[in-house]
Amino acid sequence: MSEYPNEPVSDLPTPPCEFTDDEGRQIELRQASDDVEALVEMYLDFDPEDRAQGIPPTKEADIREWLAVVTSDEGLNVIAWHGNSAVGHVMLVADQEDGYELAIFVLQAYQGASIGTELLRTALGGAAESGVERVWLSVERWNRPAISLYRKIGFETSGDDHFEKMMKLRLDR
Amino acid sequence: MSGIPVAALLYSPAVPTCMRVLIGIEDTDGGMQALDEAAQRARQAGDELTVAVYTVGDDSLAATATAVRDRTETVDVDVVEIEDNPGSKLVEMAEREEYDQIVLSGGERSPLGKLKLDSVHEFVLLNAQTTVKLVR
Repeated sequence: MSEYPNEPVSDLPTPPCEFTDDEGRQIELRQASDDVEALVEMYLDFDPEDRAQGIPPTKEADIREWLAVVTSDEGLNVIAWHGNSAVGHVMLVADQEDGYELAIFVLQAYQGASIGTELLRTALGGAAESGVERVWLSVERWNRPAISLYRKIGFETSGDDHFEKMMKLRLDR
Repeated sequence: MSGIPVAALLYSPAVPTCMRVLIGIEDTDGGMQALDEAAQRARQAGDELTVAVYTVGDDSLAATATAVRDRTETVDVDVVEIEDNPGSKLVEMAEREEYDQIVLSGGERSPLGKLKLDSVHEFVLLNAQTTVKLVR
């Protein structure tokens, strides 16, 4: 794997926080704690066409098994709430090399309203606060909207791994 | 009196027809799972199964081939070893020997569970003339 950017991304918001999205909805961003049931609901509602590289799984049992892995102690999870519903989720999961893999999912009805940007920045702020320095993700090469969102936040392309583009970011911890 | 036409019985979709299947295997959990699935179908449908073993890392080819033979004792399979360029070798072999399908395993998962496809998947998916099945 190639190197992380030299310049860290700083001045990120940290959870908990709230904001009004572009559709006028009040959205709260909080670090997850015992919120697995709300996440299961969210992923059962998830539009299959927004899946990426085999996740999230589609069957409830598989969703639960997957959430048990991504919400284990080694990681960081931030949820976007609209009222009592989880509508977005960022997860960071430790890899074997002192870095964290990141993924974000936002329910279709809540896309295109700046929630992804705010959720991503806030989750990275939370990660920096808890000492995370290196974050990476992989994104399908043809997923241009996602790639431009990641670029805007500060991720830099660090090579193509066949179907996926690899992007990395350094945090100011 | 009308009965069920014989043709309908012969071509009923519920009865799988046998195929010549070429399965590309690495010595990984995913690879062995793909093998088990293909072997199970082969038993039910009478598929003719050829297992082509290859390695991307340092694993020994011979050891992988032995593991495959041990695992497929109950099915009649040919095991061949692919030394290098597994993607193009699989595609070539499927064309030359008129296989109906190439089966590959889904590869490894990233820490948070994303499917990672590698150069073998990419080459086979883009260049094979046969159906390609990904077991994951």
